[in-house]
Amino acid sequence: MSTTEIDRQWTTRLRKRATGKLPPEKLLPDTQPIYVSSWIYVFGVATLAALIVVIGTGVILAIRGPLWWHQSFIGHFVNSLHLWSVEIFFFAMIVHLWGKFFMGAWRGGRQLTWMTGVVTFVASIVTGLTGYVSQTNFDSQWISTQAKDGINATGGGAYFNVLNFGQMLMWHIVLLPIAAVVLTGLHVLMVRIKGVVPPYEDEKKVA
Amino acid sequence: MSNKPFRPDVDAPEYKGGYSPYDIIKEGTIAIVIVAMLTLILAVFFGSPDEKAVTVKSWSNANPIDFAQTALEELNGTSGTAGYGAPYNHAAVGQKLGPLTLGKWVGVRIPINTVSDFIVKPLESQPALPGLQSALAQWNGASSSTQNGWVTSYTNAAPKMSYTNGQVVVNATNAGPVPVMINDLTQMARSGALDQALITGSGYYTTDYTKPLLFLADSEYFGSLADKQHLTGSQWGMMNETGQYPGQAWLWLYTFWYQIPPFNSSANADVLIWGMMMLLTGGLLLIPFIPGLRAIPRKTKVYRLIWREHYNNHE
Amino acid sequence: MSWLGSIINLDGYGHYLHWHFILVSVGNLIVVSLMVLTFLGALFLPFPGKGRRKENR
Repeated sequence: MSTTEIDRQWTTRLRKRATGKLPPEKLLPDTQPIYVSSWIYVFGVATLAALIVVIGTGVILAIRGPLWWHQSFIGHFVNSLHLWSVEIFFFAMIVHLWGKFFMGAWRGGRQLTWMTGVVTFVASIVTGLTGYVSQTNFDSQWISTQAKDGINATGGGAYFNVLNFGQMLMWHIVLLPIAAVVLTGLHVLMVRIKGVVPPYEDEKKVA
Repeated sequence: MSNKPFRPDVDAPEYKGGYSPYDIIKEGTIAIVIVAMLTLILAVFFGSPDEKAVTVKSWSNANPIDFAQTALEELNGTSGTAGYGAPYNHAAVGQKLGPLTLGKWVGVRIPINTVSDFIVKPLESQPALPGLQSALAQWNGASSSTQNGWVTSYTNAAPKMSYTNGQVVVNATNAGPVPVMINDLTQMARSGALDQALITGSGYYTTDYTKPLLFLADSEYFGSLADKQHLTGSQWGMMNETGQYPGQAWLWLYTFWYQIPPFNSSANADVLIWGMMMLLTGGLLLIPFIPGLRAIPRKTKVYRLIWREHYNNHE
Repeated sequence: MSWLGSIINLDGYGHYLHWHFILVSVGNLIVVSLMVLTFLGALFLPFPGKGRRKENR
């Protein structure tokens, strides 16, 4: 095979594009700018850590099925872990959102980083909704019968039926986790590719 | 070399300063350990809610008159479900977003006929009970105007409904088989058989609870349970949880609109608020492109706190 | 009925604060207050490693 032939292969082109945009030193850096010197910076990784615990506890719940946690002490405890990791997830994500807003973190070509973050936020809310209606208890009954009105009013209720437990459970444990992980992954990769946003220019210095 | 002017809310200054060592994997690992420990502590201290599901059986035993009245509404077409419109039936146009009737356009994809699905078919699934067989034969053999006449007579007398010796009693004349149907449906509900009939009508392994949930949601009883837990729409219910557990505080803005005029009295509240939240979410998404909004961080100067060490070094 | 494996039992009926049309649960109020306090803390509290960053300026 000639070099040009190898260069034209999809595999070669993809690899060169990916490693060009995100060489290993950028993907897993060992230094950071010294302006990263505030506690506000921990909330991104805290959100990610919470997502990992949410998924981990969800996996354990999946092993024994959706009724296990009503019948077993350990099952109920794992359900509690899943609930509180979700609360921590939203807590950290919103503090992270506030911080990133006040840092103007979309500057310098980072618009997509901001946008993937917002879409992930919205996807998380939908994931949470499908989780709530999958609990198989009074909460699920009430939330689903209420949420249906909002969703039906948009026409979406004809296809996304919150009263259909089987459908909601599968969205919650298959489709939406995939979406959440893909979106979070894109968001984190964008941060790695573009780097952390530099501070605003010092207006005192300019003046 | 570009001579484009520097836009402080869009562009970022080139960073020419120093870097210090940073262990990203260690940071990630510590974060996971801390979050896991915090989750553990919260779960051990606070647990999680698990209010038992309501069944048609528990509802009809707790409040048989509410059950019978709701069943009557399913029969006379005045229940929430019977008059809902899309996606369940054609009874109403549904909510309007300006001139748009989004639900109606999509159409009836989850067809529910409250008379046959909630009353007649479940009764027909019962083995022969004295009186029920002939009542159903009488109902099925009658014209719809005759049926309507019976239902209207029963409805007119229903405000004086009583529950005596385990029987639903309504003194209606010319109500045909309706008194038997409503009373027998109530007994069926109290036995638990109606819970089953409402779901296994579509097959043994169905996981779709649309019918029993819609029936339940049409009752006063279900709403009263939610009201006690501050879960209803006018109680900011969307963000609340049962008991004293924290709920979904992140939904505060969504539920806020339901509390204020004009939404709190609008028949189109759901679609109007959804439309508004879509716009606001779009706004949040597009902040990087919206002049004014994207200038807020620079103007409010909160960043001077975040990067104070950086600014102190350069002064 | 929730298991009483939790040390503090949050079952039963919640406590709600009512001010004009605002109705908020004590649980949610605590969470939101903690979020605001956390945000303020993150902004104001000193961040360790100043010496190391000074070396690398």
